[in-house]
This record gives sequence, structure tokens and C-alpha cells, in this order.
Amino acid sequence: MHTKTIVELAEGLRNKEFSSVELTQNYLRRIEKSDLNAFITVTAELALAQAQAADDKIAQGKSGILTGIPYAHKDIFCSKGVKTSAGSKMLDNFISPYDSTVSHRLNQADLVMLGKANMDEFAMGSTTENSYFGKTLNPWDAKKVPGGSSGGSAAAVAGGLSCFATGTDTGGSIRQPASLCGITGLKPTYGRVSRYGIIAYASSLDQAGPMTKTAEDAALVLNAMAGFDAKDSTSAEQAAPDYTKNLQDSIKGLRIGLPKEFFSDGLDSAVAAEIMAAVKGFEGMGAEVQEVSLPNSKYAIPTYYIVAPCECSSNLSRMDGVRFGHRAANPKDLEDLYLRSRTEGFGEEVKRRIMIGTYALSAGYYDEYYLKAQKTRHLITDDFAQAFKKVDVIMGPVSPTTAWDLGAIKDPVSMYLADIYTLSANLAGATCSAPRFLSIQTVLAVPVAVPNSKLWAVAAVCAAEVKDWIVPSVAVTKK
Amino acid sequence: MIDEPELKQIAYLAKLLIADGQSEKTAADLNNILQLAEKLATADTSKISPMAHPLQMTQRLRADEVSEKDQSELFQSIAPKTEKRHYLVPTVIE
Repeated sequence: MHTKTIVELAEGLRNKEFSSVELTQNYLRRIEKSDLNAFITVTAELALAQAQAADDKIAQGKSGILTGIPYAHKDIFCSKGVKTSAGSKMLDNFISPYDSTVSHRLNQADLVMLGKANMDEFAMGSTTENSYFGKTLNPWDAKKVPGGSSGGSAAAVAGGLSCFATGTDTGGSIRQPASLCGITGLKPTYGRVSRYGIIAYASSLDQAGPMTKTAEDAALVLNAMAGFDAKDSTSAEQAAPDYTKNLQDSIKGLRIGLPKEFFSDGLDSAVAAEIMAAVKGFEGMGAEVQEVSLPNSKYAIPTYYIVAPCECSSNLSRMDGVRFGHRAANPKDLEDLYLRSRTEGFGEEVKRRIMIGTYALSAGYYDEYYLKAQKTRHLITDDFAQAFKKVDVIMGPVSPTTAWDLGAIKDPVSMYLADIYTLSANLAGATCSAPRFLSIQTVLAVPVAVPNSKLWAVAAVCAAEVKDWIVPSVAVTKK
Repeated sequence: MIDEPELKQIAYLAKLLIADGQSEKTAADLNNILQLAEKLATADTSKISPMAHPLQMTQRLRADEVSEKDQSELFQSIAPKTEKRHYLVPTVIE
């Protein structure tokens, strides 16, 4: 049961082969036996209540495609009455008083939340080793990292602990763990999915999306998540398309662009071979492949690691030990309360990024770092606009290698370098002004197995915002 | 490059404490990251405007009406310390 997709489980529920309660109990048993540490909190009681409610709806003939499907919710989405920690000691005692819009919409779809998935603290990391609640293991090889920051979500799906999961992606945090765990991850267009109630890391980059077993499942979940939300001031004021509508379309004549900068020296040869094999497969189905160039992608890592820390240093200033979260014991004055609450509550990587952001935003360095990075971000975005004049989608690797050993990368800068292929898409995000309308928006990671290993590589498919529905459709064709 | 006095200043602005004996390592880590950022200086951005955000939109306005009921009791129920509907902090003014 635990290997089935949403579509298969929905059929089983409809045909009364099993109930949602039975399905939920099965997953809860698997979670209990698992040593992957994919969950920070398991919400068994809530899950069984939601499953019973779903079964009632199915019996009344009022169910939708997602009714009664169990999922893992990244612990960055506020869930009313449930601990929402963002993987941090700072929020270890934070019981959210409200639901994020995504949580609300998933509840409205009658889904069953099994629990809150492990993650790098405040989504800062590429391995899930930065969680206050311990590292998550890769289900394919327990000595390897699952990727991050949505590593708990990816491990839960790949390890058969949930049918699908939610994730957030600021610099690759959905696509990269999907890649390292061999599942499908979709980072939607910036503005498509409401950020209301998602604990903020870098507000101009953060975007939530589904992590699933297939592109078809990703389209189904995105349909439930996406859409305008007045509570999010950066929500795109346009109706979201039906992402399942074009899933069966032919890809004959589809123009695929391969960025030459993404197939250079740093890319592992086995990964490159598998990505190219996937591209050949598309070509065999009638797609036209051509080389494109993203010449400013060489600035993606330094641009991201200035922009994101600047935004996080501002966002995380709300964690001060006064209104919620960790508070240091016996503060001698207000300053001592701030200093010790934050020092005790945040982990090392979070402190590092807050300090880099604080430095880059300070009076003497603002122009040199933050303003400069905003300009190079513009260059990167323009590259995508140029590329999308020639092609419908861009394909390339997500991670330069397959999953690496736990603890293998200790130096922060070496860890940042692993994000090379994912950052550009976040930086280009969702430029919706008329002259740059065609900017990279939706990115989906499609798994391809690396032969002679238990590990996976993933081909990313990116499309312009005006036709982001094409992304699941391209991916599903590959099945 | 960040030296020790500057590190102290940044940490103070960020309201963080650097543990004893950690200054050198912390400064080295931050300097490595800044070294990575130095590559940006090689980009010609003389004719490029800064991009703060991917959505080119203006802030939406709404009618000046109460849209949410008072939930201060609920929100204060998760606060570390409150008294008479106020958040409590150590005394600031004697």
C-alpha cells in the first residue's frame, strides 16, 4: 500500500479496497518502525480523526481526488494546535495558533496529515543535518544525506512513510532533496502558492510546492495548493491553471533548451549521462533539443548567498524571546534577554547567515554587497528571459552529484557550492512585468536512476510562467 | 574582510553572542562566504537596475475595515511571559 501513488490510492479508496483509516494506520505503523528520523512530530490522533472524516465523506459520495490521502507536512507550515518548529530549538515550544493558507487548503481537500516533517533549521541547509531534532537518513542508503532543506519530506515519500509530502524551496530545497531521494519535487512559480503562515526564510525567494512519486501526483497536489490569497501580499493576482489538464498532451515539437553552463566540469559524469539519456528519450518522442546559454549563472551562488542572508537577517529578527519561542532563563535586562534567547535558540548555520546578512545590509557595505547582488539577480533573470524566447522548457541537472555521505561536507562554502544548479531559478523567481514576462517560474525535478548504484539523479524541467502548466505535462510524458 | 572588533559589532547588531574562543573560527567562516561574494564585483552592472523582488507588483490596498476578530488571548497563550494582556520583559526604565 505504501508504494502506491495518489492516483492509485484514490482508486483503492473509491473502490472500497481499503479505508482511509486503514491506510493511515498502515503509514503510522511504518513511521513508528522507521529509523529515518523523517518526522519531528507525528500527529497520530489528528490523522486518524481526519481519516475517519474522510471515510465518512467517501461513504456519502462527497469525496474529491485527494480525500483521505495521508501526507507529511514540512514543519515550516503553521498547523493550528500543532508544534511548528521549523527544525529549530527557537520554536521547539511553538504551538501554532493558526493555520497557514497551505495547511488550510490541504485540510479543505480532506487530506490526512500524518505529522510534521524534519528539515534544516529555518530551511537553511542542503542535507537536513542542520535540524535541532537530529539528521534525517536517506531511505536508499542510510549512510547518505537525503538532501535539504525538505529532507524529511523527501525521505518520508521515498521511504514509504507517507504517500506524498509538502516542501518549500528558497534555493533548491524541494528539488534537491527530491533529486537525492529519487522522487518528484515541484517548485511552483513565485506567487502561485500563498506564503501566509509559512515561517519565512527569504521572502523574495520562498515558494512552497508538492513532493510526490509522479508528475501527475504533483499536478494534483499543486491544484489544491495554488491560487490567489489576499492574506499574502506577494500572492499573484491571477487564477492558477488546472495543472492536470494537459498531462496527456504530446510533446512533439516541444523545444527543450540545455544550458551549456550546466553541463560543464563540475557535473558528475554518471549524473550527466542519465540526464542526457532522459533528454534523448524526450527527443525520441518528438521534442526538439537545442543548446541555450545562461551566461550569468556563474553569479548565482554569490548572489543567492548575499540576497537570502540579508532577507533572513530581517525575517528572523522577530525571534526575540518576547512573544513566542525560546526565552532565556532569568534575563538580567532586556538586552540580555534578546542576546541569550537568540544565541541559545539558533543553530550555527542560522547564526552565520544572520550575521552575513547583517553585515551586507550595514551602512558601509550595502552598495558593495546587497545592491550589487540585486543587480546580478537582474542579470540572471534576464538570461532566462532570453532563453525562453528560443525554447519552451529548460532541462538540466538538479544536483551535481548523487547523495553524498552524512557528515562529508563540513565547510559552509563547500556546502553552498552544491546548490549551483538550483539557485538561478529562485533568483529569477517570478518576474511578471511586461518586458520580462517570460521568466523562469516553475521547476520540476524528475527522477532517473543511476545504474549500478542505489542512488538517483534528477532532471529539472523549467518553464516560463505563462505556461507553467507545461512542466508536469512534460514530465508525465516520460513515464 | 571582517576582523575581530568588526565581528563583535556585527554580532551585537544581530543580537547574538559569540562564544569564548569562537571569534577566530566565526570570522574565518564569514570571510570565506564574503570571499565567495567577491566574484560579484566582476559583473558589469553599470546599466542594470537592482531587482528586489521577482513580482513587479504594487502593494494591494484594502478597505479600512476590521477583518479579523481580536485574538490577543490566543496569541498570548503561547508567549513566554504575560500579565494583564501585556507581554512582560525585564524592567527597562526604573
